[in-house]
Amino acid sequence: MHTADMLKAFAPYREDAIIVPGRGGRYWIDLTTRPNLDVPLRDPAMGGHAGFALGLALGRPDKKVILFDSEGDILMSLGMLVTIAEQRPANFYHFLIDNGCYATTGGQPVPNADQIAYDVIARGAGYPRAFAFSELGQFSASLPDILNHPGPVFVAAKVVPEIENAPIGRRRRWQTRTRDQAIKDLRVGLGIG
Amino acid sequence: MNDAALVALSPETVLGEMKKNGVTHVVWLPDSETNWLYLLMKAEPSLRLVGVSREGHACSIAAGLWTGGAKPLILIQNTGMMESGDSLRGWLLGLNIPVVLLVGYRGWTRHGITQDTAATYTERFLMAFGINYYLVESDADAPRISIAFEEAERTKRPVVVLVGDEYHGFNR
Repeated sequence: MHTADMLKAFAPYREDAIIVPGRGGRYWIDLTTRPNLDVPLRDPAMGGHAGFALGLALGRPDKKVILFDSEGDILMSLGMLVTIAEQRPANFYHFLIDNGCYATTGGQPVPNADQIAYDVIARGAGYPRAFAFSELGQFSASLPDILNHPGPVFVAAKVVPEIENAPIGRRRRWQTRTRDQAIKDLRVGLGIG
Repeated sequence: MNDAALVALSPETVLGEMKKNGVTHVVWLPDSETNWLYLLMKAEPSLRLVGVSREGHACSIAAGLWTGGAKPLILIQNTGMMESGDSLRGWLLGLNIPVVLLVGYRGWTRHGITQDTAATYTERFLMAFGINYYLVESDADAPRISIAFEEAERTKRPVVVLVGDEYHGFNR
């Protein structure tokens, strides 16, 4: 499955959820219909997207918060899974885009890329529900059930690596807003300050 | 003010500062001697405790909480603050998050001679990051916690309160 196809399959179910697109941001920006409820931060500091999304979910329990995390980020913060499981935010939906490598630095594999089972780790950390998909059809068919039940839920999706080797300065600049502006826009969208 | 207030920082005073400043969530990892404060926070219905297993996690969680309209406080030790460098940079300074970090000042001796390098590097670390800080050692210093909250809000930056007594010798 390709990341863009995975996000395309998810898009019809978004409703008014807050989306933290993580490293899926460069694809999500072409799919979103409610950019003011998106928080495309790219990479403020690696390993933190899950914490940011957890904070959002705890701060706004009335809104679904949907995170598209990456395995490189999760591996830097495995302990975050335990915190999320303990807090048990019913509005938190944790998707993992797992391409098995550090794609933006040339495609070097993450440690033990072929053996690791992120859904098992999430379940072991205490997530009440965790799934793993490697095929788009199965992923798409399961989305209504995943999203219609309360969180927290962990959904690992194995995707095809899309490796970037071009110098950073020559890569597509997909962001149309600064991080600061994205946060301001979300707060306005949520009726905060 | 009695003598005890001049020499010790009570957990009740710290909790009072949290409530006075409208804190909704305390994102924390236990400090050497925070247990009395933990018991008080746990019993306080207006606070939600978010425990982390590594201090850097507290930065992104606090950023999300603030973005969602809550008012987080980070409660960690100086050792963990230094471990959190990149998260402080990216998730708090980089996103202009107004948050107070209450940081246990392990190794602080008042006279500058310490065997503990955690203390040696604490203020140098904060200066390197350009993060303003206040020292609190007793109940008499506690109003500085409110000053830190006001400054964080006004400057849209993290502000640190160094707890020089490391919550040692609470009045119990």
